[in-house]
Amino acid sequence: MKYLRLVVANLGRHKLRTILTILSVALALFLFASLRSVTTTLAATAQFGGARRLVTLNATGLVFPLPLAYGNRIKAMPHVTGLSWANWFGGKYGDGKRFFANFAVDAESYLAMYPEIVMPEDQRQAFLKDRTGAIIGRRLLTQFGWKLGQNVTLQGTIFPGDWTFTIDGVYTPTDPAIGDDVLIFHHDYFDERIGRAGIAGWYIVEIDDPARAPAIAKSIDDMFRNSSSPTKTGTEREFQASFATMWGNVSFLMSTIGLAVVFAILLVTANAMMMSARERTGEIAVLKTVGFSDRLLFALVMVEAGALALTGAVLGLGGAKLLYPAISFNGAGFLPGFTVTTSTLILGVLVAVGLMLASGLVPALRAARLPVVQALRHVE
Amino acid sequence: MIPIVYNVRSVVQRPVSTALTALGVGLVVAVFIGMLALANGFRAALAKTGSDRNVVVLRKGADSELSSGLGRDVVSIIAASPHVAIGADNRPLVSPEVYVLIPLAKSFDTSQVANVVVRGVSDQVWTVRSNVTVTEGQRPASGRAEVCVGSRLVQRFPHTGIGQTLHFGGRDWTVTCHFSAAGSAFESEIWGENEQFMPVFRGEVFQSITFRLKDPAAFDDAQRALQDDKRMTVDAHRESAFYAQQSQLLGNILSFLAVVITGIMAVGAVFGAINTMYAAIASRAPEIGVLLTLGFRPTSVLVSFLAESAIIAAIGGILGCLFALPLNGIVTSTTNWSSFSEIAFSFRVTPQLLVAGLIFAVVMGVLGGFFPALRAARLQVVQALR
Repeated sequence: MKYLRLVVANLGRHKLRTILTILSVALALFLFASLRSVTTTLAATAQFGGARRLVTLNATGLVFPLPLAYGNRIKAMPHVTGLSWANWFGGKYGDGKRFFANFAVDAESYLAMYPEIVMPEDQRQAFLKDRTGAIIGRRLLTQFGWKLGQNVTLQGTIFPGDWTFTIDGVYTPTDPAIGDDVLIFHHDYFDERIGRAGIAGWYIVEIDDPARAPAIAKSIDDMFRNSSSPTKTGTEREFQASFATMWGNVSFLMSTIGLAVVFAILLVTANAMMMSARERTGEIAVLKTVGFSDRLLFALVMVEAGALALTGAVLGLGGAKLLYPAISFNGAGFLPGFTVTTSTLILGVLVAVGLMLASGLVPALRAARLPVVQALRHVE
Repeated sequence: MIPIVYNVRSVVQRPVSTALTALGVGLVVAVFIGMLALANGFRAALAKTGSDRNVVVLRKGADSELSSGLGRDVVSIIAASPHVAIGADNRPLVSPEVYVLIPLAKSFDTSQVANVVVRGVSDQVWTVRSNVTVTEGQRPASGRAEVCVGSRLVQRFPHTGIGQTLHFGGRDWTVTCHFSAAGSAFESEIWGENEQFMPVFRGEVFQSITFRLKDPAAFDDAQRALQDDKRMTVDAHRESAFYAQQSQLLGNILSFLAVVITGIMAVGAVFGAINTMYAAIASRAPEIGVLLTLGFRPTSVLVSFLAESAIIAAIGGILGCLFALPLNGIVTSTTNWSSFSEIAFSFRVTPQLLVAGLIFAVVMGVLGGFFPALRAARLQVVQALR
């Protein structure tokens, strides 16, 4: 430990350089953590959603509805314990620049099936009783400056006109897949306004045993195979995953860029660290003369490199870990549940260790192997 | 002035350090160019989709073709409008279109499904959309279950070869031709006859009506006439503006990402460059002392070291351009969230982007070199020589 002061003194010699080195390592690892989190968040959406819920869509495509009559037939199937349905509304608020999801649901069965939608009991009751009521995710409060009990008017894009809803409840989702920037309103009211009852956008089917999901999904699809609207049924997780794959190559691009970023900044940083170590040739020779062993000098140089890299790593990774929850970042709605995972942090630390080796090894070996006489001559 | 040869020689004198710094700067520049090329390519694909001479009519309030719906009565009102150009066969150049999304499995991985646009068009469309040309095969015959497939879909989806059969909407469709559309988003679509698609998809309703303007300058008059018509409730958009607006959401996200990511990277690289230059100057203090003794002014020393830093960065910039160039033309695909459809587009590395990348590199070099160069210029001769 007595050598710690020597390391600290060495780091303090060029304060500006030390600070800049630490900051550039911190920036590299901050970016690394951010970009990797985009990929992990997209991949994780496939893990969200209830294992006991299936989603039934029209096989022709997302935009095609299903007859409401299918509901009773699905409900009557064995192992099906609950059923609800919803319809995409696609309304916009204000200038419409900020997109948010809004859809009509069969409120009572929907809320029963989604315990992840958490809100006070009195708000839930108020919503169930209010035909023109709506509930919203917590994020919409700050996003649009809405308040509980306020009337809000959406412009329908698919279903024209002004639609006014009363905000009866504000919920906090316990599962990121639910989304905290969603407005949900009554399917009854929707049917009444558009005058087209008997249509569902998609069904949510609750089953008793997740292990039976593939078999049940198949029997639902078989039942409607030769009807006017064949269905496509999958687990909620598959449904979520299909949205993630719609990004196509974008997440691959993100990870490639992430690698390039890390590599670029680390190159520059490692170079700067090596150059500053090289300046000390004479000093190391003096230390050797006064009796510092080769091994000790090797260790001292490595510790110095490690201190720079790890301080940078703590700042960068810690910054990313703390910053995103603090600003409740969700990528403008595209990355619900954005978090920097532990595996990302561990990888980040490994990158820092790699940097320590890359930047410390060459000068440390040089220091250890330096012939004293030659080095001292060099100084003169 | 200190001759620039001095800096070039100093740079060559320490090849490893120069190469590392230049490589770092080069990667930053490559990412900068690459990300902007992506945003560029996406915007270009959608911008080229629309023509200035065409007008797209949607139901009032609909922000995309997907959410729109228009009856046959609207088609006849528009076809009779004096603003519509007349074709060689004396018929109005109008294409009432059915627009739906269907899930299609990809060639390389059939578990990956993309939402592909299926567009039902009238036979006038080949004249209305002048950038569309059939590259292979025959146009679908009226009254038959035939489709024409956009060229970007051909490699990426199975069963899209000529003579093969695609199954969607509960029916089989024979592929009779492939078409190209100057790299626009149409190339990611499947086209067929509107009257064939209506019964299998959404019934007696069109999603949009596209027509050729008789006088391209008279768009405002045409827009007013159509939107004020009491018999229908529609919005008329200039086709070019409509598709440009469809690219806004994702285009802005991509540009924003490019700026933020490369911004943070650039700061890191500048810090690195500052360190490298400080170290370089510290190890060359006696040399600088000699220069000052010889009578070179501190300003010359400052300029000289700035130039040196800029040279290293410029080498990096050139490396970055070389890294980014092979990206040009690579086809990638993603979902355009404004229309919810998958669209394929290519990276577009333009000369302007390359120049911007080089300038970006030199700016990083100058910023990184400034304070170290200032230190060099302020060195005390006696101290430096000792």
